[in-house]
Amino acid sequence: MPRVDAEVTAQPLPLPRALQPGDELQPAGADFDLELRLLLEGVYGKYQHDFRHYAMASLRRRIRQAMSRFGCATVSQLQDRVLHEPEVFAGMLQYFTVQVSEMFRDPAYFRAVREKVVPILATYPFVKVWVAGCSSGEEAWSLAIVLHEEGLLARSLIYATDINPEALGTAQAGIYALDRIAGFSTSYLKAGGKGSLADYYTAAYNNAIFDKRLKAHIAFSDHSLATDTVFSEVELVSCRNVLIYFDRDLQARAIGLFHDALAPRGFLGVGSRESLRFSPYADAFTEFLRDERIYRKQ
Amino acid sequence: MNTAEAVLDIDAIVIGASAGGVEPLGVLLEGLPAGFLPSLLVVLHVPADRPSLLAGLFGARCQLPVREAMDKEKVERGTVYFAPPDYHLLVESGRTLALSRDAPVQFSRPSIDVLFESAAQAYGPAVLGLVLSGANNDGAAGLQAIRAAGGRAWVQEPTDAIAGAMPAAAIARAGADLVLPIRDLAERLAHLRTGRAFAI
Repeated sequence: MPRVDAEVTAQPLPLPRALQPGDELQPAGADFDLELRLLLEGVYGKYQHDFRHYAMASLRRRIRQAMSRFGCATVSQLQDRVLHEPEVFAGMLQYFTVQVSEMFRDPAYFRAVREKVVPILATYPFVKVWVAGCSSGEEAWSLAIVLHEEGLLARSLIYATDINPEALGTAQAGIYALDRIAGFSTSYLKAGGKGSLADYYTAAYNNAIFDKRLKAHIAFSDHSLATDTVFSEVELVSCRNVLIYFDRDLQARAIGLFHDALAPRGFLGVGSRESLRFSPYADAFTEFLRDERIYRKQ
Repeated sequence: MNTAEAVLDIDAIVIGASAGGVEPLGVLLEGLPAGFLPSLLVVLHVPADRPSLLAGLFGARCQLPVREAMDKEKVERGTVYFAPPDYHLLVESGRTLALSRDAPVQFSRPSIDVLFESAAQAYGPAVLGLVLSGANNDGAAGLQAIRAAGGRAWVQEPTDAIAGAMPAAAIARAGADLVLPIRDLAERLAHLRTGRAFAI
């Protein structure tokens, strides 16, 4: 009997077909999670962006959206594109992280910073503030306005950090769509704004361009709460609705960084439904304002 | 099967309600006896810019503890958790609560689909999904995910709901194990016996 050479006779398997409209995505389940872990490892190994300790439940949904966006039926197909097409990775950042922010979002928080925290900061010769995970910068600009109106901006520096270069670019430009400004203005007033938000921007071509004089006191910079270390001592950390995207381990790391960065008796503001209670640093902070979620380092 | 005495291996009950949903939700929660074992996770569509009064409102009428969900909180048994306004509520596989400010899904944040899909993943067959009155189709895809993972689906009878579109959409897309007026659903729920040995 003649020997059959498998290499010669085997038919190549068909290549996976690109996702078509209406095609089903890979179902949720064990394989999806396995492939997602591999994707996150791959991204870390290749691009040094560490999403391995992001909260899984919401990440799964965003990865599904990315699969639709990039025409991939499985996470493994997405991984192939992410690893071999750097521009796909760049586009993935907006799925790994969440870019939603508003000026003076949760006005009660900004009012509390203005009325309860700033008077204490005002007793220091120089004030440094860290807006961690600043995304497109709305909160950093909001805090600059608060500090300006309270007469403190001239001796303040705000560090606004994020891992997403595109979001940081937007933050640094300080240009926001004009149709968002009405909402920002309402929140500004609810937050105890002393003038009009219009005092701080000029309108041009459907955009609001914020005042360069504020920007002189904001340093925008790339920084990862997952992989980088502390870069400065600060008196106030504002990190709101960022920790919700981390698992408990990464959340603990981030809070540890804030703890190390904060001067004694420094302030930490988190999102309205975030708590230090589930972190190893629970006892290292006291609740300064419970409802507004502002803590103070012991 | 004597459904009033049905034994289900249920650890969690996820509930979605929208327009016209406050009243049936009240009927359900009021009827639950102290000592009721499963955890209850609730998405009720509310305006995003208002402080939530839901936990206080329903807590006064319910024998179980009622709380607004806090991120990373462990899901306790016999406790009712509401999604905070303007956040999605999800459950992680380790059965802790997770919140997100991901984009609204079909104009809703919190989204019923988001909660239900995460609960299907976290609880598998040990979850019961309930869709109550509402005027959109949120919850239909989520209920489908719950059933696909082996969980149960109960739906308020559309003609019994102030807004029947949401329950009707859920039945059309996912089907249901039980479709009844809210009073009957509440009675079944209150008498639900779980065959589950709970780990504390």
